[in-house]
Amino acid sequence: MQSSLSSPRHASSHGTPNRAAIIWAALIFATMLTWTVGERADAGPAITALLMTIAFAKGTLIILDYMALRRAPLMWPLIALGWMLLVCSMIGLAYWKGLAA
Amino acid sequence: MTPLPASNSASETTARRLPGDLAIWFFILAELLAFGVFFVVYAFTRANHVELFNAEQLTLDRTSGAINTVLLLTSSFFVVRAVQVAEAGFSRRAAPWLAAAFACGAGFVVVKIFEYAEKIGAGISLSSSTFYMFYLSLTFFHFMHVILGMVIIAAMWNGARTGRYGPDNMNGIETGAAYWHMVDLVWLILFPLIYVMR
Repeated sequence: MQSSLSSPRHASSHGTPNRAAIIWAALIFATMLTWTVGERADAGPAITALLMTIAFAKGTLIILDYMALRRAPLMWPLIALGWMLLVCSMIGLAYWKGLAA
Repeated sequence: MTPLPASNSASETTARRLPGDLAIWFFILAELLAFGVFFVVYAFTRANHVELFNAEQLTLDRTSGAINTVLLLTSSFFVVRAVQVAEAGFSRRAAPWLAAAFACGAGFVVVKIFEYAEKIGAGISLSSSTFYMFYLSLTFFHFMHVILGMVIIAAMWNGARTGRYGPDNMNGIETGAAYWHMVDLVWLILFPLIYVMR
């Protein structure tokens, strides 16, 4: 029989409660950072790069830890992270195109 | 014929495992592709109407957007806890975590409805401008995914409550959790892209 909620008897794919809570705190902090940028109406290439980097970092935590793809066959985290990287890069490229226009 | 050594394949399965049903992952990839195309089309359309997009973006309520981000992230955390508790063999104790996740999803819906009501009250519609067309259609497309996700969480809650999940039966709860995290993941790009990036 199990005696503790935080100690499953078999190897977990979903990390520990503490890890999940720390990741949640990091995600909330990153969200506050994005909100602050928005409230200050900050703009420009450096700000856009910062916003996309924050989005990519948050997405990486969701993909690897919350979706538990860290322990999935390598193809799956690579596809999901590749999607994030591609979309964030394309948004950056479009922003740069808007600057040049 | 010599069978493969069982120990090798077993340890490999333990080492790397796709959580939940394989079908949900193909569905998630299709959804990510669709949202990705929408995001990139938005970004390149913006590049041709930078001043319009920047001006109208300032009319959006970024605080509502941030509150909704916090609600989705918190909801995702609750779902992770539900999965962990179920995996530890306590299916019924996963139910309150799922109820909390559902409540956060409902909070998202309420905030979004207030946001839409304010815009509609100001006479804004899909045909008001290119920016508002994108804002309304993209956020509404995501909104519908939140609604579907809440239906799935409700089904997971019912399953957890009846003791369905456990270390030997994680497929259902992991499948629903993966979908909900996808809804969260997509919003993490949508929020800075539409509400903040100038």
